[in-house]
Amino acid sequence: MKTQQEISRRTFIRSTSLAGVALTLGVSFSARGKDIEILNASAVESQGIDLNAWISIDTTGKVTLTNHRAEMGQGSFQSVPQIIAEELEVDLSQVSIIFAPGNGSKYGSQVTGGSSTIRGSYEKLLRLGASAREMLVETAASKWSVAKSECYAESGFILHKPTGRKFGYGDLVLDASKREVPKMVTLKDPKDYKIIRKPMPRQDTPMKVNGQAIFGLDKKLPGMLYAVVERNPRFIGKVKSFNEAEVKKISGVKHVLKVQRDIFGNLLEGVAVVADSTWAAMQGRKALKVEWDDSGFDYPNTNQLYAAMKAQLQSGKVLSIKTQGDFASTFDRAEKKLEAVYETPYESHSNMEPLNCIADVRADSCDVWGPIQAPDWIQGEICGLLKLPPEKVNVHMTFLGGGLGRKAFTDYPYEAVTLSRDIKAPVQVVWTREDDMTMGPFRPGMVYQCRGAVSKRGRIAALETIGAGQNMNAQGPGADKTQYNSEIVDGLLKPYFESIPHYRFGDAPIDASIPVMWWRSVYASTNAFAFESFFDEMATAAGKDPLDFRQQHLGEPRYQALIEKLREVTNWNNRKKNEGYGVAITECFGSIVGEVAKVNRTEAGKVKVEKVWAVMDCGWYVNPDIIKAQVEGSIIMALGAATKHATTFADGKAVERNFDRYHMSKISEIPEIEVHVMDNQERAGGVGEPGLPPFTPALTNAIFDLTGKRIRVLPFLLDEV
Amino acid sequence: MAAIKLIINQKTYPVDVDPTMPLLWAIRDVVGLMGTKYGCGIAQCGACTIHLDGIPVRSCSIPVSRVGGKNITTIEGLSTDNSHPVQQAWIEDQVPQCGYCQSGQIMTAVALLKRNPNPSDKDIDASMQGNICRCGTYPRIRKAIKTAAQLTSSKTPAK
Repeated sequence: MKTQQEISRRTFIRSTSLAGVALTLGVSFSARGKDIEILNASAVESQGIDLNAWISIDTTGKVTLTNHRAEMGQGSFQSVPQIIAEELEVDLSQVSIIFAPGNGSKYGSQVTGGSSTIRGSYEKLLRLGASAREMLVETAASKWSVAKSECYAESGFILHKPTGRKFGYGDLVLDASKREVPKMVTLKDPKDYKIIRKPMPRQDTPMKVNGQAIFGLDKKLPGMLYAVVERNPRFIGKVKSFNEAEVKKISGVKHVLKVQRDIFGNLLEGVAVVADSTWAAMQGRKALKVEWDDSGFDYPNTNQLYAAMKAQLQSGKVLSIKTQGDFASTFDRAEKKLEAVYETPYESHSNMEPLNCIADVRADSCDVWGPIQAPDWIQGEICGLLKLPPEKVNVHMTFLGGGLGRKAFTDYPYEAVTLSRDIKAPVQVVWTREDDMTMGPFRPGMVYQCRGAVSKRGRIAALETIGAGQNMNAQGPGADKTQYNSEIVDGLLKPYFESIPHYRFGDAPIDASIPVMWWRSVYASTNAFAFESFFDEMATAAGKDPLDFRQQHLGEPRYQALIEKLREVTNWNNRKKNEGYGVAITECFGSIVGEVAKVNRTEAGKVKVEKVWAVMDCGWYVNPDIIKAQVEGSIIMALGAATKHATTFADGKAVERNFDRYHMSKISEIPEIEVHVMDNQERAGGVGEPGLPPFTPALTNAIFDLTGKRIRVLPFLLDEV
Repeated sequence: MAAIKLIINQKTYPVDVDPTMPLLWAIRDVVGLMGTKYGCGIAQCGACTIHLDGIPVRSCSIPVSRVGGKNITTIEGLSTDNSHPVQQAWIEDQVPQCGYCQSGQIMTAVALLKRNPNPSDKDIDASMQGNICRCGTYPRIRKAIKTAAQLTSSKTPAK
C-alpha cells in the first residue's frame, strides 16, 4: 500500500541557506489547526519566518535531526529521528540528534504526555523525511541530466542505477536547498521499512552508561547559586515569618527569602535558602524555622479522605453521568446481580531524578534549563509571569531522570524563575527526595462503587460504576466543579459501550487541600482496577471463563485478534489447575493492551508472581524493543503501586518522605515478563502509558483464581494474601 | 572548612570544603563529575554508588573527611569510551530508559562481577537489591549482568 501525501499548495521562495550552506526542512503549523506544511527553512528565512529546523544536512553530509519532545526514558529521543531517517534514507549512525527548545508556535505541542509523541506526529515526520529525500534525488538527477526515476537514495547517498554513479548528500545540499519542496511525496510501504519496526539500538544509551548524559541536575551555569526550599507541608498554608538573620549566619548562605509556585492557580508558599553549594543550602535549611499560617482549611488524614469519598458515594450526589439504556430498572429486575467497592491509593511520582530547575532571569530575558516535559507550557507561563515576549524566554531541554507526568507541570520552573528574578542571579533549585515525595501533586486516591447484572446467557446486562475522589481536572480557585469528569471511564475498552445494553458511569468528586495530578496513564491507572476486577467478578457470577467472558463482549476484529494472541501466547486453554491465572484488557491513549498474570505459592506458602504476558496493540509503531521496554517498565511500576507503596496523609501532611517508607519494587521481586506487539494497519497509538493499567487487575484476578480471595483495596502485601 | 585531597579515577583533586559535606556533593558540586547521581540522600536508592578502594558504597552518606587518600572510582572511571564489559553489556541489552539510576546500577554490578565472575540469579538479587530503578529496567539489568559475565570470561584467556 503506497500512500500519496499531498502537501498544501503554497509558493516557496528560493534562497540560499541560513547558517552556512545546508538543506534545512521544517514544518509550519497552520493557524487553522491540523493542516501542516513542510517548508524549506533556507527559503523561508528570507521572509523572516522563524521556522523550526527538523532536518538539517550540511555540505559535509552531516545530518542533524530534531527531537521536539522530552526524553524521560520513553524513547522519543530515538523514535522521532528513527521515523525521519527511514524516509530520508540515512542510517541512524550517521545522524546527530538534538532537543528542540520550548516553543509551541514553532514545534506544535511539545507537551510530552498522554503517550502522544508518535501518534501525534508520525505522519508529518514521514513526510518531512520523504520531502528532503525527494529534493536530493531531484538535484542529483538534474546534475547528471538523467531521469529522476533512474535515481534512488540509500544510506546518505543518491545513486544512479544504470551507471552506479553516486553523490553524497553533502555534495547536493547547496543546490537542493534552492529547490521547491515537492508538493507530493510517495511514502514507503511499511513492508519496505529498513529502520522503522526494527529494534534499533537507542542513540541515548551510550551516554547513559558512562555518566555523560546531562540531566537537569547536572547542568551548571557560571556564577550559579543553589537553592533548597522549605515548602508548606500542608500545601496551601501561607508563610507568616522566618528566621532570616540566623540562617544567613550559616557558611555559604547568601539569601533567605519567600518563594511561591503556581499549582492550578493556587500560589503555594515556601522559604528558599540560597547558597554557594547544594550542601550549604541544605545546611542553611536545617537552621531555618518557618512559622506558617495554616488557617482556613482542614488538615485531612487518609481515613478522613476515604470516608469523604464513601460518604459522597452514599449521598448519591453524582455529577451528570454517561448513560445508555435504563440501568436502574434493569438492575432492579435482574436475577443475578452483584455489587463491589474498590479502593486505590494516593501515589507520589518519585522519579529517580528529584525535581530541579535552573533559571537565569536578566533585565529583558530569561533562560531556563531543567528536566521538563512541557517546555512550551513553561515558556507560556514565564512569558506571563515576567511580561516578556516568547523570543526572550528560552526553555532548554535536558534529559529527564523520569517524568511520569509530574515534570509536565510548570510549578517548579515558576518557582526557580521568581527566585532568580528576586535575587538577580542564576540559580538552581534542588528538590530533596523528601521535597519531591511530600509536595505532590499526587495521583488522587479513588473509591469506585460498582453494580452489575448478568443475563441468563452469561452476558453483562447492566453495569454501573461511580468513581469518587479529587478531580484532577477541577482544582484551584475558579475551577468549574460542576463538570462531569469524562476521564472517569478512561481505560475501558470501546466495544463495551456498544455491547453492554444498560450502563451508567458516574463521577462523585470530593474537595480536599491535597494537590493532585496525572500519574503515568492518569485515570486509567486506577479506573482499570475497578472495571477489570468487576468484569472478573461478573464472569465468576456468570459461570464463565474470564477470557471467554470478555471475548463475547468484544466482537470487533481488532479486539478478537488481540484476545486470540493472548490465548495463544499464554496457552490459556491448557493452563494448570493448581496455578492462578488472571487476565485484564484495557484501552487508553489510542492503544489496547491485554495482560495475563500467573501466580503461584512458594514452598513457604507465600503468593509469588511468576510470569506476566503482555500483548500490546499500538497500531503503526516504530521500535519494537522500545515498546517492550515500556511495557516491562509499566508492569513493574504497576506492581509497585499494587503491592509496595502508597502515599498516606496525617494532619494534612504526606507521611511517606523517602524510600525507607515508600518502598519501591526491587530486582528480586520482578516476575518474568514476555511482551508481544501486534502487527496491523491501524493508526499509531501510545506506548509509554497503556501497558500500565491492565497489570494490577490481572494480578488480583490471578490471586482470586489461585486462592479464591478477592482483593478490592490497594495496596496489599503479597506476603499477607 | 578543611583541605582534603580526593583521589578520583586516579586523579588527585585538592578541595577545600565543609568536612561534613557528603562525598556525593563534593564529587558533583566541587569536582564537577556529574555521572554520580543524587537520589535519596539516605543510602536507600543506590543512585550515588561509587567504589571506595574497590568496594561499592553510597556516596550520599559518607562525609568527605573520611575518604581522603582513598581511591574513589566513579562511573567516569570505568571508561569514557564505553569499553568496559559492563558498559558494553548495558548497551547490548539496551538497559537504560531514563538512565538516571544506571550509573549506580553499573557501579554495583561491576563490584559484583569482580567478586563473583559468574553470578546466579540469587547472587544478582542479593547484590543489586539496594539499587532502585523507577523505570523498571530490572529484567534487562539481570540479563546484562549475565552478558557482561560472558564478555569478561571470553576476554580472559583459558587456563
